[in-house]
Amino acid sequence: MDFVQNFPAISILLCLFAGIISSGLKGKVAKHVNTVLILIVTVLSASTLLYVLDTGEAFVYVMGKFPAPWGNEIRAGVLEAFMALFFCIIMLLSMFGGRKKLVDEVEESKTFLYYVLTNLLLSSLLALVYTNDLFTAYVFVEINTIAACGLIMIRQNGRTIEAAARYMIMSLLGSGLLLMGICMLYDLTGHLLMSNIKEQVALIAASGEYRIPLLVTIALMSIGLSIKSALFPFHAWLPDAYGYSTVSSAAILSSLVSKGYIFLLIKIIYRVIGFDIFGASKIINVLFIFGLMGMIFGSLSAIKENDIRRMIAFSSVAQIGYIYMGIGMGTQAGMAASVFHILSHAATKSLLFIAAIGLTDVSAGSRKFIDLTGAAYRNKWAGVAFTVGSLSMVGVPLFSGFISKLLFAQAAVQVNGKMLPALIVLGISTVLNAIYFMKTVIRIYTPVEEDRHSSVTFKDMRLYAVTLVCFIVLNVVLGVSSQPIVDLIGQGLAMFS
Amino acid sequence: MSRLKPQKEYEKTGAFHFFRWLSGSKDPYLGEVEMQPQKEMEIPEATIIERMNEKQMIRDKVYDVEHNKELLFFHRIYVASAILFCVALVGVLLFTVSYLPRTGNPANPDNNEVSARYIESGLQETGALNIVSGMILTYRAFDTFGETNVLFIATCCVMVLLMVDDAILKKQEVKNDRRYEPKNDAILQGTAFVLCPIIFIFGIYVILNGHLSPGGGFSGGAILGAGLILYVSAFGFKKTQKFFNEHVYKIAKITALCMYGIIGSYFYILGANGIENHIPLGTPGHILSGGIILPIDICVGLEVACTMYAFYALFRRGGL
Repeated sequence: MDFVQNFPAISILLCLFAGIISSGLKGKVAKHVNTVLILIVTVLSASTLLYVLDTGEAFVYVMGKFPAPWGNEIRAGVLEAFMALFFCIIMLLSMFGGRKKLVDEVEESKTFLYYVLTNLLLSSLLALVYTNDLFTAYVFVEINTIAACGLIMIRQNGRTIEAAARYMIMSLLGSGLLLMGICMLYDLTGHLLMSNIKEQVALIAASGEYRIPLLVTIALMSIGLSIKSALFPFHAWLPDAYGYSTVSSAAILSSLVSKGYIFLLIKIIYRVIGFDIFGASKIINVLFIFGLMGMIFGSLSAIKENDIRRMIAFSSVAQIGYIYMGIGMGTQAGMAASVFHILSHAATKSLLFIAAIGLTDVSAGSRKFIDLTGAAYRNKWAGVAFTVGSLSMVGVPLFSGFISKLLFAQAAVQVNGKMLPALIVLGISTVLNAIYFMKTVIRIYTPVEEDRHSSVTFKDMRLYAVTLVCFIVLNVVLGVSSQPIVDLIGQGLAMFS
Repeated sequence: MSRLKPQKEYEKTGAFHFFRWLSGSKDPYLGEVEMQPQKEMEIPEATIIERMNEKQMIRDKVYDVEHNKELLFFHRIYVASAILFCVALVGVLLFTVSYLPRTGNPANPDNNEVSARYIESGLQETGALNIVSGMILTYRAFDTFGETNVLFIATCCVMVLLMVDDAILKKQEVKNDRRYEPKNDAILQGTAFVLCPIIFIFGIYVILNGHLSPGGGFSGGAILGAGLILYVSAFGFKKTQKFFNEHVYKIAKITALCMYGIIGSYFYILGANGIENHIPLGTPGHILSGGIILPIDICVGLEVACTMYAFYALFRRGGL
């Protein structure tokens, strides 16, 4: 066994250790521990990815000395390693982007708790990505939920407490449904390990014995995870949670936490239920329709909003709708498009949240559109970054959003019966996206006669500006050199089954 | 053709006054009318309260179900649909359960090689008489480490929400603390004096015997935590802080979790790489047996006891 194969387990354990040790450190030290940790994990994930690409096949890592159906296992393939690497990069950039603002938003004596929560959140994301065992997945879903709640309410005001309570209730409902699904699956198959469950499920489906419990199990798991990732009718917790928490929290929640759950769902579809069995169930149509509705209603709510952060949050509902639409198509191409959209949305949404805070900061902290007039002249870096993010969200070529829309459209053409609704809603949603994002861009580039707000320059915000540039580069890289990444995703999905 | 009026006559006409005012040589109001600089408008306190009351009244009226028929309708529909939804969910789940394999049937899918190995060779492989302990702490040790971290992160979240750091507020909280608990209650103190040592010893017994009999870190830690809570409610925080203050709490918590992590990592990584680890399993049934189970139980017990006590203290006065 090669030494590199230890890296996924080591990165999960390192995050847990860092979280535990940070709880005894001062805020400033914990900050450095967090940065170093994310850098190390990034390097570890990158070397895992290179190793897996080199050998060309996924490997299974037994946690402990007891093999497959008895002990815990984690598994790393191309897609897992790539996701871990990508999550780490986004996390690092999000933490950098919100670092300066964190001082105002979080009490100084509680800063170390912020880093404890982030470290544990990273560990749970990595575990969700790498796990090969359903119950391990559930345990880390719990850590993820509680950490996300803490990240929302660490900025102590009434709004965030309310948002956290709402998030908690909805998210725990989702966890409960997922747990029920896992219990039923255990009852039907007698295993908790993904590969073993898949064999048994194939047998059950072929014999047709437990048809109804299997269908209900699939429904419980998909609905549970879609509640947690804010699919359209279950999105009520989202705007407050993303809109009022600290900047880093909003960026991490929108681009990583919900994506972790979606990735788990994709993993369950491929590695637990089996792609064909999932595709044959009716649940996939439900996900497709909810996705389409989310694309339209999320955008409509965003248009109505008069608060820039909440507008971006509502836009997330629409983008999550895109991802579920891709999953709901039930084809490999649709799934690949969804995975690419996970990447492109994660890169773009965190960019938008971080750019928006730069704009509101130079407008006396007001988030109303009327006060944001001309904000892009006062903070030029944030203005450019926000424009790039908006163009990417609308789907202008050169940026990542265009590629994902193209992939969705290509995938839709190949599906019988779902082509027309998918293409029509894709078109409508793009126009709606353009309406609210371009409105904002025009607003921030409208000059004002006498500027009563002060403007900032590069010297005042070096780290922030560098972060924004990194995000823009990431976006353009995803948009320009998309083919290798799409190939990588295809390879990773092929490795799943 | 007009004729020039004599000066005296002209001074009586309106045109004279008008042009004099226009050229600014004399303002007719100056000196005639009393002039004052504009005052800042002051709203008396009573009016503000009145207005706020009015606003509140309107709000009450809007949200008052008796006046607002639409809201009443919405509430009823909301409650009715919530009940319907729950009933439907319960129905679907019960319906599904009736299709699941019957409990206790030997041909059930969950009666397979997994549980067979746990039961048959669990004793040799883990060295623990208590198979459940052996299973959760050896076979599936990684899950349990995750579960312990769930407790840890829950404490962190409660700290985010309830910990009071401001010096003045802290003093106030400590002062208010007397409201909740009687001071020097003879009955309580007498009972606690007898019970606390027994509870502590019993908790330690449950932790240390986790691999031999029912119990283990989680249950024993909960007993220890309950003992600490009883002690603090009987004798107050001042006495408790002599042996268990924030400093001790932090050290205990971090040491316990780190020890667990180190033992766990040693076990996972050596096991995965196929290297024999040098943790002796011991003779089953002896107190020093069970390989990694006993040290992990001690760590989990400490962590759970700390968590229980911290929850109580944080909820009671926002600090340890």
